[in-house]
Amino acid sequence: MFSRRAFLQTTAGGVLTSLAASGTAFAAAPTENRLVLIFLRGGLDGLHALAPFADPDYRRLRPVIGLDQTAGEDRGAISLDGYFGLHHALAPLKPLFEDGELLFIPAASTSYRRRSHFDGQNLLENGSGTPYGARDGWLNRAILGLNDGDRRLGLALGPSVPLILQGAAEVQTWDDSALPQVDEDFLMRLTQMYRADPLFLDALHDATGALKPDVSMDGMDDTPRQGRNFLMAARVTADLLAHDHGPRIAVMELGGWDTHFAQERRLNRLLGFVAQGLLELRTGLDGSWDRTTVMVVSEFGRTVAENASQGTDHGTGGIAMLAGGAVKGGRIAGNWPGLSPNALWEERDLRPTNAYESLFKSVLMSHLGLDQGFVETRVFPGSAGLSPMDGLFR
Amino acid sequence: MQDIASFIALNRFGLGPAPGEAEAVMSDPRGWIAAQIALRHREPAELAGFESSEAILAAIHTARVKGDRDTRKTTNTMLRKRMVQELLARARAMIATPVPFAERMVLFWSNHFTVSATKGLIAPALPAYEREAIRPHIFGRFSEMLVAAIRHPVMLSYLDNAVSLGENSPAGQRRRQTRGSTKTLNENLAREILELHTLGVNGGYTQADVIELAKVLTGWGHGGVRGRNAMRPVHGGFEFRPGFHEPGPKTLLGRTYPEDGDREGLAVLSDLARHPSTAQHIATKLVRHFVSDDPPADAVDRIAQVFLDSDGDLAEVSRGLIELDAVWAEPLPKVKTHYELVISAHRVTGEDQARRRDVLQPLREFDHLPFTAPSPAGWGDRATDWIAPEALMRRIEWLRRFSGSLPATLYPDQLLDQAIGPVVSDDTRLWVSRAPSGDAAIAMILASPEFQRR
Repeated sequence: MFSRRAFLQTTAGGVLTSLAASGTAFAAAPTENRLVLIFLRGGLDGLHALAPFADPDYRRLRPVIGLDQTAGEDRGAISLDGYFGLHHALAPLKPLFEDGELLFIPAASTSYRRRSHFDGQNLLENGSGTPYGARDGWLNRAILGLNDGDRRLGLALGPSVPLILQGAAEVQTWDDSALPQVDEDFLMRLTQMYRADPLFLDALHDATGALKPDVSMDGMDDTPRQGRNFLMAARVTADLLAHDHGPRIAVMELGGWDTHFAQERRLNRLLGFVAQGLLELRTGLDGSWDRTTVMVVSEFGRTVAENASQGTDHGTGGIAMLAGGAVKGGRIAGNWPGLSPNALWEERDLRPTNAYESLFKSVLMSHLGLDQGFVETRVFPGSAGLSPMDGLFR
Repeated sequence: MQDIASFIALNRFGLGPAPGEAEAVMSDPRGWIAAQIALRHREPAELAGFESSEAILAAIHTARVKGDRDTRKTTNTMLRKRMVQELLARARAMIATPVPFAERMVLFWSNHFTVSATKGLIAPALPAYEREAIRPHIFGRFSEMLVAAIRHPVMLSYLDNAVSLGENSPAGQRRRQTRGSTKTLNENLAREILELHTLGVNGGYTQADVIELAKVLTGWGHGGVRGRNAMRPVHGGFEFRPGFHEPGPKTLLGRTYPEDGDREGLAVLSDLARHPSTAQHIATKLVRHFVSDDPPADAVDRIAQVFLDSDGDLAEVSRGLIELDAVWAEPLPKVKTHYELVISAHRVTGEDQARRRDVLQPLREFDHLPFTAPSPAGWGDRATDWIAPEALMRRIEWLRRFSGSLPATLYPDQLLDQAIGPVVSDDTRLWVSRAPSGDAAIAMILASPEFQRR
């Protein structure tokens, strides 16, 4: 017999054991607070969501796709403080900002410093500090410190549980079909991959009708259906989290952020989904909104300079967004490194001056009430040297 | 890093690489296949403990003949639950097997001698049929497998031979007098033996041969053919019923077989198994399975010759397949069946504890549960049988979901090398590398033409 797991075991650089499986017992901290994590897979361009429109370096580096306050509210940036402005598709969120329920942390990223989606997402989710360093997710490990095993606190939206929620704690899932439909972005990529194999290409083409073979990447739009799915997930999340005995921690996902080309058109649509999704959550959570934090993250940011296809490439410093009644918002938090040539990371990316891990620790400790020792040994082992971000919550 | 020959051995002959298998194959791909050819193929441990067809059929027929409606329902529910367990165990056995070439041969021959749940009554015994009639013979003599399959009570039920009465047999005469039937003979099994199992549709037989073979086989039945008041006990095994048997000599394919009761059928099957048309027919199907949808004539002739020269020794025939140059000429001439796709996806990702929702549920979605072939001809073996628009979409949907449920420690780059490394196209490599997430990358690897082919 072959060793069945030999292949899997050789794939991980670090610890392969479930980090949650070890360690001492900590007191369970029951929580009535809600956390919704929205994972934007693909690498959100933070400089497009929250544009430093008043910065001359920004204008210089983004002559075509840069947002400009003078372009008006349907095409440009909506100033928040005279330096940063919201992308116009996020305009519906401005009232939240003004009510102190929305906070941005620009120049934020995990400790990951290379540029692979897989590795970056995996590191963000497993919390070990290494891609593929643990086989469970940090949010799942956090749940183990929050309940006595008598209630399923976690909720995953979609057909599978994302790594960040995988692990020893039971997690609820919500999905409405036996075999889920795959999103059009994925099918479009398959169409490209199949183009040298007529058997597969023709069959896929016939099955999808509207898809045309050999389209350029420009055609890889995110469809309105994707938006509908996301808004439906937001509605379901709000409904379940608002329930007295419902889950308390949910993970939603939205893909399509890998905008190497035609960025403005695609982000306009996607950021619109995010804005609508946040509003759905606020409406649906209603009385629970005051106890809610919604955290929006992505595996990394993008290059500061635009490329020749009106897009941006994989970068480092990105952005995090916090929304909710529990958030001390209405401001832009963290350290801002600026965009001058000396300030850039590896002469191309936004310097990641604000650590996602600090933000995560703060959310776990200040918002969910987890014990610091538990967080630093079980959830993010070895993170004691990194202090949680201060003053994010009311 | 695998080479093309290892890839062909692992995928065309095996069921897709399992973790560590590529390393074992690389030094000697042909030897790796040949080593799996053992005279007695051992039943996988996963299948131990499942009931014999005799026990299952006895329960079915007892409930049918003696039981009331509730008994029948309870028995049926219990047996079907057991069958589902065995289908899952069978899939797990094929995922974990160290002899994937042998398991592929089980699939091939099981499909050649198809029995199907379209005959609902016997459905719970179908996996047992494969265990008893197919598995022991995959590297044995074709003539022995032929007899084991045709004489199996499941086959005799599936193709209606158990109720076929010789016109001039005592039972046939009674039937004609009491019910005025003019035709008591059932030709179904005889026709399929000639057309599907042995000579092939162009193998040189006539309608008269079909009728003669049907007469030869009258009396081959099982212990479930009983009236409510029958004296003989119901049982689930083979049974020769002399009272059903057509008396007198029969002439088939130019040869006359004297009246010999039960043994007549054995004599005819023995001759059919050694007929040159049978050799040609079996060789064509094997070469189609291992070389190409359009089997090249010289390869077919070569295998047919091995079949004839070795007196249908399937170990020799299997070795002959390995020695075909045509086998090693192209890396991806065939498309995996849905079943092979499900098994190989589990193997390559190291998922050896397959769950129902990842095996039986997708197979149901693909309309391809084991032992549900739409006709006695079995499942097709050409690309177009498997890649139609709707089927491809369901494959993609399942692969996307399956990939999302895999351990996050699976590394896309490494999986790509392991799964399709030696044959990966530039397009596939590019689009896998551009996938927006790790599980999407894995889904793209598994949905690639290279992985869906073999």
